[in-house]
Amino acid sequence: MFNYLEYVREENFPHIWCSGCGDGIVLKALIRAMEATGMSRDEAVMVSGIGCSSRTPGYVDINTLHTTHGRAIPFATGVKHANPGLKVIVVTGDGDATAIGGNHFIHAARRNIDLTVLLYNNYIYGMTGGQCSPTTPIGYKASTAQFGNIEPTFNISGLAIAAGASFVARADVYNAKQCEKMIGLALEKKGFSLVEILTPCPTAFGRRNKMASPVKLMEWLRDHVVSGAKWEKLSEEDREGKIRSGILIDVDKPEYTEEYKKLTEKLRAV
Amino acid sequence: MTEEQSASKKSAVIRVKTEWCKGCEICVAFCPKDVLEMEGGKVKVARPDDCIKCMLCELRCPDFAITVE
Amino acid sequence: MGKDNFPNVRMMQGNQACAEGALAAGCRFFAGYPITPSSEIAEHLSVALPRAGGKFIQMEDEIAAMGATIGASLTGLKSLTATSGPGFSLKQENIGYACMTEVPCVIINVMRGGPSTGMPTLPAQMDVQQARWGTHGDHSIIVLVAATAQDAYEQTIRAFNLAEKYMTPVILLLDEIVGHTTEKVVIPDASKIELIDRKKPDVPPEEYKPYAETEDLIPVLANFGTGYKYNVTGLCHNETGFPINDNAMIEKLIVRLTKKIVSNRDDIISNRTMSLDDAEIGIFAYGSVARSAQSAVTRCRAEGIKVGLLEPTVLWPFPKDEVLEMAKKVKAIIVPEMNLGQMAREVELASRCEAPILKLGRVDGNPILPDQIVKMVKEVV
Repeated sequence: MFNYLEYVREENFPHIWCSGCGDGIVLKALIRAMEATGMSRDEAVMVSGIGCSSRTPGYVDINTLHTTHGRAIPFATGVKHANPGLKVIVVTGDGDATAIGGNHFIHAARRNIDLTVLLYNNYIYGMTGGQCSPTTPIGYKASTAQFGNIEPTFNISGLAIAAGASFVARADVYNAKQCEKMIGLALEKKGFSLVEILTPCPTAFGRRNKMASPVKLMEWLRDHVVSGAKWEKLSEEDREGKIRSGILIDVDKPEYTEEYKKLTEKLRAV
Repeated sequence: MTEEQSASKKSAVIRVKTEWCKGCEICVAFCPKDVLEMEGGKVKVARPDDCIKCMLCELRCPDFAITVE
Repeated sequence: MGKDNFPNVRMMQGNQACAEGALAAGCRFFAGYPITPSSEIAEHLSVALPRAGGKFIQMEDEIAAMGATIGASLTGLKSLTATSGPGFSLKQENIGYACMTEVPCVIINVMRGGPSTGMPTLPAQMDVQQARWGTHGDHSIIVLVAATAQDAYEQTIRAFNLAEKYMTPVILLLDEIVGHTTEKVVIPDASKIELIDRKKPDVPPEEYKPYAETEDLIPVLANFGTGYKYNVTGLCHNETGFPINDNAMIEKLIVRLTKKIVSNRDDIISNRTMSLDDAEIGIFAYGSVARSAQSAVTRCRAEGIKVGLLEPTVLWPFPKDEVLEMAKKVKAIIVPEMNLGQMAREVELASRCEAPILKLGRVDGNPILPDQIVKMVKEVV
């Protein structure tokens, strides 16, 4: 048994997430990862935008900042730049981070500022009632794509890698242990790190797409997500329709606040 | 309100915080030993003696409602 | 005769004076985005802040710059952003967030002509109502205005002091003329500059509530990282900072947000006056236009025409009592401004029909000249 209650604001429970929503599973994985990395809770700040995932900070007993839609990363950038001693975690979703906040997302990755971004990807705008998002698959239904979505999707992890993130991993809530491990690695990485976490939304996504039961969506994850080691053994053919999880990139690059510190020290030494 | 049932042989204690359980059935569906059941929209520990303490129910419970000791 | 003879006097552009004023106020964080005619503020601070041990960052857009400014302030740094019209529009979302969460910060808007991209290099005063009501929802806000480079320096310091005192975003408006005019600034001795810092919690973390009721209606927000773990949200919240749906609590919060500013109107508002005591015609002018108005008053007085000037250096809260007092004394009030009468409407409301209000608007990108004001005065006479 893991004592989650030590890390949460118990007075705010039960949480607001729907029955079978994966967000609670991510929160638990995050808490375990926080415990494993031994981070100081006084020095940890969690920043979120708007959406279901963005309600996470309210439940965690650290410094928490629930901001405007898409803007978690700019607020987090301000916090981190102002006080690099703080550990800054961003919790966001597919719509929040890659639609309204897309510009901030790619630029934080480019800047390689030391933020840990946990992006809950549930393929839909859950909180506003199931509108299609940049990750709603083609052909799937949403309240604003009632005849099936016709727009291609973002590969979020690929986007972060292309933009310059130093650590990118993908995980899912069916494999909750792996999810915890990836979050832990991201927390320990110096630089911009992203964990894209596939998590089910039975209410707004599943119900419209013949997967109303939370169990069905978990089974979908089980059957479609393949970890890195297994992925390597799959033929091109077998990879079709599957999603690779695990570490996608892990490189060391100059981190923004450290580079700024160097600059300051150089200027002040003159 | 905590429902507690202990498995004497393997000493696994599965606790369900029923007021937090939202009845998603994830724990029931993926328990490898069929320990859990649904009752009145909430999870119930039906066969605690069969529990092998794999912890999967605790790991995957989105509602912080089930723990295994 | 070099500058060493006058160590405290410098020639400075208004924008640079803002940057220098910010440093003097203790500002140690700036996030911005390039936009004419305010960019010199960012450029100057990109050099000065790292040297002062402060933080500068150029963000990917105006929205991000506002967000980063608020985030930095929550760690305790006095934080600034600067922009102009189109960027000011983009910042409104997060200015509202700062109002709601009561995070102190300063936003400088060097006004150019609008709407839209309008006139990037020409002056205007078209954002004076947007500064008050630009963000959605009921709220109150403090808006200062500068007429000279000296003002730009001093008003930036005052903006930080008011932000920290009342835990609110404070907007400082310059117009392009003030931002880009290089003129004399007398730098006061650092020891003589009064600085205000936000309150710090006087209870241990376990008893701390960020939005607990206080006598002065102003919350005490601990700096992130100091052991006071709390929640900040743009949703309606209770005293612990968590979202609420309770109607009575919501009303209490929204009323307090406005009340904490308007109940301190006397402390916040500030005006300059010229020859107002015996004036028969009043002028209400602010920013660079107030300088033309001063010149017009001097010229009219030389001809024996009794004209006086009321020049607010704080636009919001609006100096309604002072305007009413003037309206009761004069035969008419002329409101010259580089827009189509945005503040004239306020003057009209505040004067309660005690005197007719005459608008003198100019929106062609040219400054309002003393001649124009003198001409209108003579027409009234």
